[in-house]
Formats: sequence, C-alpha cells, structure tokens
Amino acid sequence: MPTVQFQLNGTTAVVEADPDQTLLDVLRGRLGVTSPHFGCGAGECGACHVMVDGRAMTSCDMPMWSVAGKDVVTVEGLGTAERPYPLQRAFISEQAMQCGYCVSGILVSAAALLTRNPSPTEAEVRAALDRNLCRCGSHNRMVRAVLRAAAEMAAS
Amino acid sequence: MNMPSPAPKLPVSLVANPKVSSWLRFTEDGRVAISPGKVEIGQGIVTALAQIAADELDVDIGHIDMIRASTAMSPNEGVTSGSLSIQQSGRALRHVCAEVRQRFLTVASERLGVDAALLNVEDGTISGPGNVRTSYWELAGDVSLDHDITANASAKSVAKRGVAGHSVQRVDIPDKVFARPRFIHDCALPGLMHGRVLRPDISGAKLTALNEEAARAVPGLVAIVRDGGFAGVVADSETAAETALKALRKAATWSAGEPLPDEDDLAGFLRSQPVETTTIDTRTAEPARKPAQTLRRQYTRPYIAHASIAPSCAMAQWDGDRVHVWTHSQGVYLLRADLAIVLRLPAENIVVEHMEGAGCYGHNAADDIALDAVLLARAADGRPVRVQWLRHDEMSHAPFGAAMAIEIEADLDADNEIVGWRHAIWSNGHTARPGRAAQPALLAATEIANPYPRMISTDPPAANGGGGDRNSVPLYDLPAWTITCHRLLTMPVRTSALRTLGGQGNVFAIESLLDEIAALRGEDPIAFRLRHLRDERARDVISAAARRAGWKPWKRPGIGHGVGFARYKNTGAYCAAIAEIEGTDDIRVKRLTLAVDVGEAINPDGVVNQIEGGAIQATSWVMKERVRFDRTRITSTSWSDYPILTFSEAPAVDVEILQRPEIEPVGAGEAAHGPVTAAIANAVFDCLGVRVRDLPITRDKIIAAMELAS
Ligand code: FES
Ligand code: FES
Repeated sequence: MPTVQFQLNGTTAVVEADPDQTLLDVLRGRLGVTSPHFGCGAGECGACHVMVDGRAMTSCDMPMWSVAGKDVVTVEGLGTAERPYPLQRAFISEQAMQCGYCVSGILVSAAALLTRNPSPTEAEVRAALDRNLCRCGSHNRMVRAVLRAAAEMAAS
Repeated sequence: MNMPSPAPKLPVSLVANPKVSSWLRFTEDGRVAISPGKVEIGQGIVTALAQIAADELDVDIGHIDMIRASTAMSPNEGVTSGSLSIQQSGRALRHVCAEVRQRFLTVASERLGVDAALLNVEDGTISGPGNVRTSYWELAGDVSLDHDITANASAKSVAKRGVAGHSVQRVDIPDKVFARPRFIHDCALPGLMHGRVLRPDISGAKLTALNEEAARAVPGLVAIVRDGGFAGVVADSETAAETALKALRKAATWSAGEPLPDEDDLAGFLRSQPVETTTIDTRTAEPARKPAQTLRRQYTRPYIAHASIAPSCAMAQWDGDRVHVWTHSQGVYLLRADLAIVLRLPAENIVVEHMEGAGCYGHNAADDIALDAVLLARAADGRPVRVQWLRHDEMSHAPFGAAMAIEIEADLDADNEIVGWRHAIWSNGHTARPGRAAQPALLAATEIANPYPRMISTDPPAANGGGGDRNSVPLYDLPAWTITCHRLLTMPVRTSALRTLGGQGNVFAIESLLDEIAALRGEDPIAFRLRHLRDERARDVISAAARRAGWKPWKRPGIGHGVGFARYKNTGAYCAAIAEIEGTDDIRVKRLTLAVDVGEAINPDGVVNQIEGGAIQATSWVMKERVRFDRTRITSTSWSDYPILTFSEAPAVDVEILQRPEIEPVGAGEAAHGPVTAAIANAVFDCLGVRVRDLPITRDKIIAAMELAS
C-alpha cells in the first residue's frame, strides 16, 4: 500500500493508506485522533472538520492522496487543558454547548476564521460556521464564544 | 382535633432503590462517587446532580465523581426522559446525601465528644470547637451505607444551600473542548472490531435472498452474520466493514414493502385510520351558554426526525453466555430487559453500561443499535464489536416524532368570548420504548428468524403527562371543554418519543386559536391570555416575557410579533415565548424572548442553556423540518433533504429565569418547544395577516395561505 506523508498537529505523520481512503478514517481509525467526528460522511454537517493548510475542510470526504504534503491541524493540536487555545477557553467560559458532539468541528471552523480574520463581526462568525450543524441549538453561545476569543486574542 | 401527620414520603427513585450505598460511596482517594440512575444526554444533568450532592454533603464539587449508569451497579431509575431527571434523581440524591451527612455527624459527634449540632463540615472535613476534626473518609470504615434509606433526614433549607441554585460550569465541557474521548463513538476498546448492518431502502421490505460471495472477498472481513432477515458484517476496520456492506447491499434481494401514506395529505391519512379513542378530559358549564358562532380549525404537524448530529453507536462483547453492552440509551435497565427477551437469557447475564452519545431528544436509534451490536458480536469470538449507523440509517430507520392532526372547535358568544371548546387529536402513539412490554421494541427483533411483530406506539397515561394528548387540556379558565385523543392502530411510519411528545402540536393548536379569537375581539393577545389564567406562576412568566420584549412593540411593516405559552405537561416548567419575525413571504425568526419558571433552578445557566437550545431547535422544527417520503420509502435521508436551522438562521434568544428556590425543581429541556412554535405562528399572522396551520411554516405554505385568504 502506498504511503502518504503529511504534517499532523506539528509533527510529521507517515501512514500506509489506500489513496482513496478518507482522511477521517485514517485519523480516527489508524492514528487514534478522535476529535474529528463522523456525522454524515457526505460533507454536509462539519462534524469532521479539520484544518488543512489553514482552511477548515471536511475530512470525511477527503481522499488521502490529496492530503500528501499538507499541514493538518485538529482540536488535539489547538491546545490542551494546561495550555488552552483562546477558543477553547472561551467555549468553557460561555458554556457553549449542550452535548458537544459538533464542537470539535466548530472549533476548527472558528480557528480557521480567526486566522484569516482576527476581528470578525457577528455575521461573519455565523457565516463561517454555516457549514457546521448543531442539533442542540447551542448556536448563539458558540458565536459569543468565538467573539470572546477574538477579543481576547486582540487584547493580548 | 390534631390529625396525625402523614408519614414522610420518600422520593420515587428511593422507594425503588432504597439502598444508600447504591447511590453514594466515599472512595479511598478522598473523593465521593455518586451513582445516579439517570444519564447525561447532552442536557447537563450530571452537573446539576453533582451540585445537589456537593451542597448536601458540604464537599467541593471538584471532589465529586459522577459514575455513569450501569446495570451492574447503579440504581434503576428507568428512563432519562420527560424532563423528570432533576425531579426524580435530584430529589433522591438530596435525600440520600442529607441522610449520609447526618449519620456521619452522629458518629463524628461520638468520636470527637462534641455535640453534633456544634460540628461543621467543610469539603468533607468535619470539625468542631477545640480544634477537633475528622472527615467522611476517616469515618467511612465505621459507617456502613449498606442499609435502606429512612425518611428521617431533612435536607438543608434553601438559605443554607451554597451550590445548588447558582450557576456552575458543567463538569463534562472541558473534556469536550480538549478532545479527551468522552463519547461512545470515540472509545477505543482493546481489540475492537467494527460492524455494519444491512437494511432496506424500501419501507418494511424483508430480506429474501443474499449472495455473500463478493463481500467474503473483502480484505479484513471477519464474519457475515445472518439471522433470518437480519444481516450484517464484522470486520477489523470501519473501512473494511463498509466495503463489505456495500458488496452485500448489491447482492441483496428484498420483498415488496409496506406502502407509506401521502406526505402531502397527512391529515387525510391520520383521520382515516383505525383508532383507539379516549376522552381525555371534559368540563361542563352550568348553565351552558349558547354559542353565536363556532370556529372550526385544523392544525397539523409532520413527522419530525431526531436528527442527532452523530449517528447512533453501540459496542458489545460476549464472554460465553454473558454479554456486556455499551450504549447511549436513555434507559440501561429497560434496554437490558428487551435484550433479555430477544436473547432468551436471564437479565443477570447482560450488563448494559451507559456512555455519552450526541444530543438525545427522545427515543432514537440508540437502543436498536445496541441489539445490532449484540447480534454481530456473537461472531467475533469474544472480541468487542462497535457498530455505527450511517446518516442514511439514522434518518430512515430510527423512530420519528409522530405526525398529528388536531381539530379544535371553539364556540363563541355574541361578544366572541369562548363558551365551549372541543379539541380532537389524531396521531400515532408517541412512545414505543423498550423494556415496558412482553415484546421487545428493538428494530432487529423484527428482522431475526422468529421475528417479533413491530410494536405499535402507545401513549403514556395522563398521570405521566400523556402522549398525543400531552398539553391538550387548556390551562386557561374556559367554561366548558371536551378533549378527545384518537390513537392510530396502524403505523406505516415508525414513531416513538421525541421531545414534548404531542405537546408541541397541541400547544401550537391551542395558542394559535386563542390568538385568532383575541384578534377577532380586537383584544391584545397577552391581555386576553391573562384574563383567562388564574395560576399566578403562569401569569408571571407571561408578564415577564412581555416586559422583557417590550410588548407590544410598534407595528412596523415587515415585522411581526407573537406570543405563546404553556406549562409543560401541565405539571412541569412554565414557559412563555415572544417571537419577533421579519419578512414578506419568506420569513426569518429574528428574536425570541422567553420567561421560564422551573421552580428551583439548580444550575441557572444550565437552565438558560437548555431553554436557548430548545427554542432554537423548535424554530428549526417550525421553519424547516418535515420527514419526507414517497409511497415506498423515506426520502429525507441526508442533511440536504432534511435541512435544519443554520448558524445564520438562528434567532437571537433572550431568556429570563423566574427563580423559585422554595419550589421543587422540574426539567427545562422540553419547556420551550410548544410556546416557541405558537409564538412564531402568531407572529406570522401579525406580520402577514395569514394563519399557517400546517407545519412547517415554509414559504410555500405562506403563499398558499395568502392565496386562500385573498
Ligand atoms: S461527517 Fe464530514 S461533513 Fe458530516
Ligand atoms: S451541542 Fe449537540 S450538536 Fe451541537
């Protein structure tokens, strides 16, 4: 089986994979990276979002051949409890979820947004999260959390 | 004469599970393990229960471990549903912790030679005058908790509670933002294998033939499992399992299915089926007033999908004739009862352990997939098997919330005051949960060799809030009424419990018609409601919402406001909602203002969070949602065919909690759906002058209503 090499959360990952296998399968099934979640497998819910070269992308329909040489970041790579990324801190402060299954994908979309637009308006945050679905209705808290993180990052 | 005071009553969960040690243990490492029988389904219950324990024991909440429910050790609290968890589990824990604290203080008092009344507990350390001290953990060896609870201990007074009643951060949230595996989906048991199940697209079709050849050739395949019409695969990876399933699907032959109703005439279908009719309530006026006219209106709501973001998942592992099951079911004991029937095993051979899944809004496929996993794991030689449904399965095979047709006839006198009220409901039953009947309710049980019949949904009794009839008895002081519920005896579309059961439909109908009558009278809809309500708590939430929303804002073109109110189940949380909408024919909900009274709000921010979530979910139901089907199959099997509200479409939600610490708490998860539905519908009328009585309120429905009106 061919190998694919890419950057994963700052370190080099080399995996043997069928080129048509999806990045989500490889992350969850082979590398034990469980923050990207399976929701639909069809690029329609955003639960599986990961950052690829700085952009939030669905990993459930991303074939491994297209990942070669790319820089992939998941929530595991954003921050930890000891060194939280501002978005993670803000999601705790705003208690921005009900069940939280959608949250990893949303953190990734928000992180990608703040990288390209550090001080978004509320409408821009909403637009950036429109590819993520949340069934529990936690939308407004999440939007507030993203705005809070943006403000915090601007202040520091 | 003095009446003897009645024996103090134990909370229901303690009557069923009296042993103190089944609820609480002090562990070696200086912590407290609390075992509720209720489970986290994304509603934050575990945190609220931890708060109650922290308060009654005087132990820091950070030193409390909440144990996941398991049939191996947890108290049996039935099902986590109906917004009853805080009522049942919360009361039980408060009682247990109060008694434990009292018993420890008694022993500490003997040990330290200090009157118990002088002892103080701080984070589990018990101290008294003269610098004497001990702790729960030091005394734990001497105080057995293996006895039955008594009714003697009394919980702290409201004023002495330091944790309950205050907002605290939820205990599960840090794991979820730092990607520490917490969901069942993320759990990697050693040696885990993966399963997938083959199910038909055609509704009700049965597997008649299967050529296994191509699937057998898939690398990584471990087994193909067949049991009558049940078929599935086990493989060493998810990818292999899916490849094998695809191969099986191509080689499967199915029988013709069972026809589905016409999705564009749900009322016609519901009203033409054989039914069981129950009179829910009647009230007669003396003397009966003569109506000058009668308004007759029909309201409908479609089938609604749970549509959790995660498809259901379960794991199972056999060891001889014993099996361990991991599930996100709402009721571990109830699931175990059904598994025992299907497997023909004593319940003791089955352990069902809860793990968190994605948000659960009622009886979804969690229980079904647990049986799938158990059946597939038989072929795995003692290794654990994880099964996950695909989005398509979740949107077509899981039970739906039942469609409803509701007709109300309101008799009005010459002043358009209500003198009579007849409310009739046609709907499938709203529950077919496992563990409650002699026959199992699990999907695969209808597919295996010697299958069980599909269980036709029934309705919970009125004492438990009813089903199709939930919230159908008006809280308003009307002089006369008759409420009738017609439960369907056929069930071409599988239905079971979804948030509020019939509550959303009934509140939509009642509140829409009241709004219409108020408009007919030229009376303000809030004043009209208040005039018909005697219950102070009801009046208070309506007035609070009105105040907060600045009722009634100036009428501006293109903007409309509407109000809706209900007390969930007529015994639970009070909620009033005011909706502001914007639009011409395509409308958008801009803002929802809600006031809520749940009695004592244990974690006020948690209550606000649940109400916000409920309000947005209800907006999604009202504006977009409808299970689609043709005459042979469910067609809304993806997010593009079953769209839900997006971030840009979510309204602003503003919530006020009316805190009543002296009143027993009730749940908040289902309080908002009915009032929000009605508020939006009434705002549409305010904005556009038409009433849409057929949910969802889409552009097409509005245009149709406008054409009808003109
Ligand atoms: S799982 Fe990838 S978008 Fe839904
Ligand atoms: S918090 Fe449950 S799906 Fe978003």
